Amino acid sequence: MRSPRAGLDAHLQLRLGDLDLDLELAVAPGELVALLGPNGAGKTTVLRCLAGLAPLDGGRITVDGAVLDDPSAGVLVGPEQRPVGFVFQSYLLFDRMSVTENVAYGLRARGRPKAEARRQAGTWLDRLGLAELAERRPTSLSGGQAQRVALARALATDPRLLLLDEPLAALDAGTRTTVRRDLHHHLASFEGMRLLVTHDPLDAFALADRVVIMEDGRAVQAGTLAEVTARPRSRYVADLVGVNLVSGQVEGGELRTPGGVRVVVADADPGPSYALIRPHSIVLARAGGDGPGAATSVRNQWPGTIIGVERLGDRVRVALDGPLPLTAEITVAALEALELRPGDPVLAAAKATEIEVYPA
Amino acid sequence: MTRTGTAERAQQARARGRFRGRSGGGAAVPGPVLALAAVAGTFFALPLLGLLWRAPWSNAWTYLTAPAATTALRLSLWCSLWATALSVLFGVPLAWVLARVEFPGRGAVRALCTLSMVLPPVVGGVALFFALGRRGLVGQYLDRWFGFRLPFTTTGVIVAQTFVAMPFLVITVEAALRQLDARYEEASRTLGASPWYTFRRVTLPAIRPALVAGAVLTWARALGEFGATITFAGNFPGTTQTMPLAVYLALEGSNPESAIILALVLMGVSFTVLVSLRDRWLGAATGGGVGAGGAGAGGRHR
Repeated sequence: MRSPRAGLDAHLQLRLGDLDLDLELAVAPGELVALLGPNGAGKTTVLRCLAGLAPLDGGRITVDGAVLDDPSAGVLVGPEQRPVGFVFQSYLLFDRMSVTENVAYGLRARGRPKAEARRQAGTWLDRLGLAELAERRPTSLSGGQAQRVALARALATDPRLLLLDEPLAALDAGTRTTVRRDLHHHLASFEGMRLLVTHDPLDAFALADRVVIMEDGRAVQAGTLAEVTARPRSRYVADLVGVNLVSGQVEGGELRTPGGVRVVVADADPGPSYALIRPHSIVLARAGGDGPGAATSVRNQWPGTIIGVERLGDRVRVALDGPLPLTAEITVAALEALELRPGDPVLAAAKATEIEVYPA
Repeated sequence: MTRTGTAERAQQARARGRFRGRSGGGAAVPGPVLALAAVAGTFFALPLLGLLWRAPWSNAWTYLTAPAATTALRLSLWCSLWATALSVLFGVPLAWVLARVEFPGRGAVRALCTLSMVLPPVVGGVALFFALGRRGLVGQYLDRWFGFRLPFTTTGVIVAQTFVAMPFLVITVEAALRQLDARYEEASRTLGASPWYTFRRVTLPAIRPALVAGAVLTWARALGEFGATITFAGNFPGTTQTMPLAVYLALEGSNPESAIILALVLMGVSFTVLVSLRDRWLGAATGGGVGAGGAGAGGRHR
């Protein structure tokens, strides 16, 4: 019926506590996809479904055309029979076994003779630069070393699909950069499909070919990181990139939010749209003073109250509350000249031509 | 702020009392607790002292080497070790099912499987008799089809001891399985290990301290078993007369001095085993170490 298709092709449907997962996901052979999203979005559950640790309620998982889980057809392949490797967030190394025994575990479990399993494990340890740790116990390893052992252990079983759950989250900030670089190097040498879960856009940027943004069990956006961040489609991505995202309906050169605020925009097609307002294109004026007000060419003016001021070098991010919550970025000099403090009422203004509009 | 507060309080506590709790290193033991604990400790020590006090030390060797005594001792060791082995063989799977498999009536099944722990042993013996005796529910078929009789045999002793002692193993191992971090078993499955391979290589090693502790408790209980044994297996020297039975008979009958020596031997063996295993196994099992220490390094990198 369906031609066997290379790669991972999944439609995951699962209700688990508060989580209502419904996600379509495809990973091509050789591709590294990052699943990025806030805590509680269901990212780890996606990996657990793919590994067979959480059976689906609905949908279907196929890897290279072979069905692994399909509740409607009554097919469910156990975790031990899937061509899937899993690197867990806390690595979960077996601490009663040496590093070599950990890496050889998957081969031993498949019934390979001990000597052969150990030899192959040794090859993997060499490849990941772990040879001198071979007889150590996992408890004596650093976080970065433990991560590489976990990676070697998963790769030693020769999976088609490698799953990595927050591989860098357990590390302290100091070693993270180095380990991220190493991980990038090692992941690049693995030819299968790779799916990485992270809440850190830096990881996604450094490691992935493509990102899928996930919120509340749904994919809200997908593409290269550059594409995703250039045109955010969710509050989460907008916050990651640090821009203001306003959603609403475009009609007659205006975008109107569900709350009734009007944003004058240039060259926008009618229909549901997003408006992206960069913080540095927002001008602030004291309310009641001579602002960028009526006499200027600035079409957009919104009243607001300062609720937060955060210094970043010689610039300042000012958070505003009001009908249209916004973040503006101004210079320290401007902040001091205007004597702006939290609680002050202000007018925020932005030129229509500096607001980017794209269909929702 | 909280840190200094805690430190100050600990210091005050140290100033107040000489006796300090082990955990935290600083908690003073309240006076009434200490007094009551001392009473309890004395309560356990006194009977042993009583035995030591009345022991006929000059004839001890004669009583110990009397054929009746050595026979009973050998039989006791044989039966209690068999009972322990059977308890491990069947009790670990039972504990696993109780800990991991959700099924309706699980609470009732668990109660049933540990009932013999709280039942008067004599009642257990009577119940065994009606189940496995020559006219019993199952026993009549064992007799009719296989000519196999349990009551009043050494095998009967082993059955009675297993019946009474296995719950100690089940309870200990089930608690350990519940505390175990199941994610290690999941990790094993994703590496291609079958559930059975995972059980042997990951689960069993992780619960080993609890398993050993449970086995020791089971063995100690089996060694001391009296009521169910005498009811179900009787009291035949050489085949069913274990040490506790020999002690009781000697005390009631001709030779109370011999009873004291045999009782001391039982106490001594149990005491030695408990002390020598405590730090290595029981300590690890009761110190909350079954999950964390047992299952591993998880906490380190988390």
